[in-house]
Amino acid sequence: MTETRYTKDHEWVRLDGAVATVGVTDHAQEALGDVVFVELPKPGREVTDGEACAVVESVKAASDVYAPLAGRVTEANEAVVDDPALVNRAAHGDGWFFRMELSDPAGFAALMDEAAYKALVDSL
Amino acid sequence: MAEPVLNIEADPPDELRTTPLDALHRRLGARMVPFAGYSLPVQYGPGVLAEHLHTRSSASLFDVSHMGQFTLSGDGAAAALESLVPGDFQALAPGRQRYTLLLNDIGGILDDLMVANYGDRLMIVANASRKDADAHHIAQGLPSGLSFDQHPDRALLALQGPAAAGVMERLCPAAAALPFMGVAEAPVGGISAWISRSGYTGEDGFEISVAAAETEALATQLLAEPGVLPAGLGARDSLRLEAGLCLYGTDIDELTTPVEADLAWTIGKRRRAEGGFAGATVVLDQLKTGPHRLRVGLRPTGKAPARAKTPIVSTDGTAAGDVTSGGFSPTLGAPIAMGYVRRDVSAPGTELQLLVRDNILPAQVVSLPFVPHRFAKA
Repeated sequence: MTETRYTKDHEWVRLDGAVATVGVTDHAQEALGDVVFVELPKPGREVTDGEACAVVESVKAASDVYAPLAGRVTEANEAVVDDPALVNRAAHGDGWFFRMELSDPAGFAALMDEAAYKALVDSL
Repeated sequence: MAEPVLNIEADPPDELRTTPLDALHRRLGARMVPFAGYSLPVQYGPGVLAEHLHTRSSASLFDVSHMGQFTLSGDGAAAALESLVPGDFQALAPGRQRYTLLLNDIGGILDDLMVANYGDRLMIVANASRKDADAHHIAQGLPSGLSFDQHPDRALLALQGPAAAGVMERLCPAAAALPFMGVAEAPVGGISAWISRSGYTGEDGFEISVAAAETEALATQLLAEPGVLPAGLGARDSLRLEAGLCLYGTDIDELTTPVEADLAWTIGKRRRAEGGFAGATVVLDQLKTGPHRLRVGLRPTGKAPARAKTPIVSTDGTAAGDVTSGGFSPTLGAPIAMGYVRRDVSAPGTELQLLVRDNILPAQVVSLPFVPHRFAKA
């Protein structure tokens, strides 16, 4: 049973057991424009809630990507490093950024659900 | 995702000025952003990358109506202008344009300008962010008896790319016959215009000054030509960076001199000998002794772009300078940057290091431009 939640910083988080997969939302990739560079955290890195741990750059600008919750990074998606445009093509799928083991999986429930995130995007 | 994304999305505040093409931009699906007090398109549907590459392969139309347009006329106009800039304007023939720099008394750059001789007047194109200050500075620096006018009633369009000349052959043969940096007053598709064969992309192209009321009609005609698509500020910035051209306020400002900015070529031979321009003492001294720092091109190794303000360190670990413009080159498919470095590490081929976040990225000093210019041959 997987569920996807969202952050106010336009990241999506999909929880599978205690492992969360993190990416940027379609709204984010659309706003960024053509992604040309992605930098990901190294597996094993401990991150705190809200810590800047990845970078996504378009032709226009660089943006930080934050850890949605505290935990330990377990996997980085080298496919988006090799082909950054994957973030534009498949933001919610193959364009994921990293996976992390959450320190407190219960914190996941505090993130926005799809309806709340949609309301946030519509308000922008 | 950090805040810049939200800023790009935010609707411009109400007090922003608009250009005569505002409605057209919105119909064309532009994403509008605030820039220098104006609401302007940063990109259209295809996006910055596609617009950039289209400019290099065909032709793009840019709305640069935010830029300042001035005219200066009267006996001795060129000589009077020379007190403010280091270019040789007394030798600028009618029908010709020259790039120059408005300097302060210590040789700092107040703005970079295009100045064209239209026979009965000099026409000056200034940066949007500087136009009010420039107009004040120029008016104050002129002797009485000259006529200096601003033209907020005129818009400016830039048609850039290898297909631009063919478009002008159809709509304005007189413009198509101009050499690089030539200017003419002629109708484009029946609409009266002031045209220069120049631009800010490194490609052949034209900048067309037109009355505000006729701008949309002209833009519509140009966009109807085969191969012409609209392009926004995003592509304009990546194109000018590939072409090694300075952005005022980023690569040059009041604290940089023409010599440091590697723009000494704009200083006329006679002006070097005679001086007599604002900041001449500092500038001529730097020409003789060499500046402490110099604007250079940088090619980072690897894929990470180095943005403005990235510290540059020499291989011995000492501070070497800072990046002023940096990003990704769509043409080269690799990061490129410009910045100022100490003169002893400014030679092309010098290995340097860029401090990007927590990483030390090797980079090499390279000659500018990154992508060869393809201006019209004389």
